[in-house]
Amino acid sequence: MVPLSYYLVLSGILFTCGVLGFLIKRNIITIFMSIELMLNGVNLSFVAFAAHWHALSGQVFVFFVMVVAAAEAAVGLAIIIAVYRTRETLNVDQVNLLKL
Amino acid sequence: MAGAINLLVQSHPINSALSLIVVMGSLAAEYLLLGAEFLAAVQVIVYAGAIMVLFVITIMLLNAGKEERTKGSRVATLVGVPGVLIGAVLVAWTLVGRSSTTHSVSIGALWGAPKDIARLLFHDFLLPFEVTSVLILIAILGAVVLASRPDAAAHGVRKDG
Repeated sequence: MVPLSYYLVLSGILFTCGVLGFLIKRNIITIFMSIELMLNGVNLSFVAFAAHWHALSGQVFVFFVMVVAAAEAAVGLAIIIAVYRTRETLNVDQVNLLKL
Repeated sequence: MAGAINLLVQSHPINSALSLIVVMGSLAAEYLLLGAEFLAAVQVIVYAGAIMVLFVITIMLLNAGKEERTKGSRVATLVGVPGVLIGAVLVAWTLVGRSSTTHSVSIGALWGAPKDIARLLFHDFLLPFEVTSVLILIAILGAVVLASRPDAAAHGVRKDG
């Protein structure tokens, strides 16, 4: 038996690491991976609450979050490839114009 | 468990991608401990399989090297780290303060069978499921359009170049 708060604290740690990476990193791919990390932290707390309340709806919700994350990863990586093709850089500090 | 490994996400894009795979795998183990074996399988297949392969392919395709430090990154570090730490301490303080009433979660209860999840998914959540399939279709189309060559997509627009 593991207390529920342990899972919640682990989920919070994952989310915090995601936010930190999002703020600190300058590489656009790494920033994207931090977003995935945040989504995973939220998923963990969903599953923990679902197990706590014995409600399967939480797991279905995690399923939907995963689907949305997959779609977002596909579109986001395509955007990254397009940005790299026009800018020749992956540093977000040098991508400061909407139109070249 | 995963949080300690997670701190490895620091230096190089390919290193952080590989450590992110480790985090996904340990989260799948965590789901298995919580009794959600269907979600553990989906986590391994979708996240550690599909999404991370996509990431690694993009990193290798774009030939991403070590990131360089700029002025903006230093400002973000100086402002961001204390702010995030304060937020994390607030959340942890709230959780620990209220955790006297929360109960424990039994390990390996194994009540999240795929059969029950499928019944819930295809009866109660049928409309969101179908909307999600449309979303996936749109995402595929968008990815193909965005990743295609710009001079092939916008052929008539680039007259001035």
